[in-house]
Amino acid sequence: MNFSHAWSAYWGVAWREMLRFFRQRERFLAALVRPLVWLVVFAAGFRAALGLSIEEPYETYTTYEIYIVPGLIGMVQLFNGMQSSLSMVYDREMGSMRLLLTAPLPRWFLLLSKLSAGVFVSLLQVYAFLFIARAFGVYLPLDGFVYVLPVLILTGLMLGALGLLLSSVITQIENFAGVMNFVIFPMFFLSTALYPLWKMAESSALLEGICAFNPFSHAVELQRFALYGKFNGPALLVVGGCTVLFFLAAVWSFNPSRRFRPSRGGPPA
Amino acid sequence: MVAVAAVNDATAALAVDNLSFSYGNKPALSNVSFNVRSGAATMLLGLNGSGKTTLFSLLTRLFLSPTGSVTIDGVKLGAGNAALRKVGIVFQQMTLDLDLTVEQNLRYFAALQGMNRRDAEVRITEELTALDLNDRRKDRVRTLNGGHRRRLEIARALLHQPRLLLLDEPTVGLDIETRRTLVGQLHDRAGTDGVAILWATHLIDEIFEDDPLIILHQGRIVADGLTGTLVASAGAPDLSAAFVHFRQAGA
Repeated sequence: MNFSHAWSAYWGVAWREMLRFFRQRERFLAALVRPLVWLVVFAAGFRAALGLSIEEPYETYTTYEIYIVPGLIGMVQLFNGMQSSLSMVYDREMGSMRLLLTAPLPRWFLLLSKLSAGVFVSLLQVYAFLFIARAFGVYLPLDGFVYVLPVLILTGLMLGALGLLLSSVITQIENFAGVMNFVIFPMFFLSTALYPLWKMAESSALLEGICAFNPFSHAVELQRFALYGKFNGPALLVVGGCTVLFFLAAVWSFNPSRRFRPSRGGPPA
Repeated sequence: MVAVAAVNDATAALAVDNLSFSYGNKPALSNVSFNVRSGAATMLLGLNGSGKTTLFSLLTRLFLSPTGSVTIDGVKLGAGNAALRKVGIVFQQMTLDLDLTVEQNLRYFAALQGMNRRDAEVRITEELTALDLNDRRKDRVRTLNGGHRRRLEIARALLHQPRLLLLDEPTVGLDIETRRTLVGQLHDRAGTDGVAILWATHLIDEIFEDDPLIILHQGRIVADGLTGTLVASAGAPDLSAAFVHFRQAGA
């Protein structure tokens, strides 16, 4: 694999994803409306009940709208990762994935290209959300917009890699609704996106344990700290480790002939 | 296996040696070996389920064979990717992006092949002109009919000037007239461009008398040679009868 070929292929994959993204205006709209509804309706309703006392990374009393923003950024990336996964299942059904996988480049590189193209799309969505949230009066430090960029790339890669892994085990688009019930909702609600860990601990130690174990919690905390120019080492380790783990598992599972193990048998449809 | 004047050239565009593959416990290909030469369309004839698509999946590295070897234009198909650069593929299932235009689909493929933009634009125009699609280059693929889509897939497969073109039943679903035109165009391309074509089909009327022919039956090659010679050696009046003869002999 030489650099110019790799760059050309990478750019080709990213360019195709962008073209598809801009053609699907509803997708962009949905990506923005979803977190904005949470921010404007849900967070406003809980504002009175759920203010936060001083705790890292915040240096003062924090309103619930401010607290919830990193969780909603995570939500944007989580949905985008799953959307990419859906698009890969679609690509596989339509045959486009076959074309990609037969390109003269290593499979891991082709999948990484696809993954990072999805991350780029999620960055557009996140920054659009942040600026619109600002227009709604949710002010976060502007320099945090810069600090959070590398973190967004990493968390986008982790959630995209998870989507990639899921797309390799989901055989039909019809089965995709299960992802909503068994991946997106549990990951989002059993995390620190909506409530801090200590709040969870007040109601259940088990819930607190699950939230602390959930990699999405660590992605949200990494973003939360970065938005205030602070570094969260443990969260970085968990997110980095999960990114590598999910990606390696996805590359391994993207071997089409692996689906025909002796126990399963049967030719492809 | 009957081998009559089979292509047995050390410099074959494609050399397949002792390839096998199973879906679980069910063998799909057993010790398949053959060569494909440049400048001709080698027809791979077999019934549905005979192993043609499995063979193509192995030749394009979608599946990995536990045995045997594949050599494309002198380069072994293995862990590296050099051999795949020499291959153009038209899959049985359509693999175009319906939401992109004709030229966007071609640009995407050119990028995957590592072609620089200037070369890609030249080749896109050449191939679209050759396949009579140049006036549709700005149209979304969704608006093309089946025949145009197939021609676009062939243009795409030839874009990077491969040494080997793999066609997996490329005329499936096309009307008689479109199919006849496409069959003629592809045979012509083999002659004029010198590209080696391996063409999987179950349609006997796509095969010309002087085409090299490989008959695949139940995952094994039961005949390999020039079509006319194979028909004569089977003592059959035509290829249909010869096909039945070789299948029965090889069963």
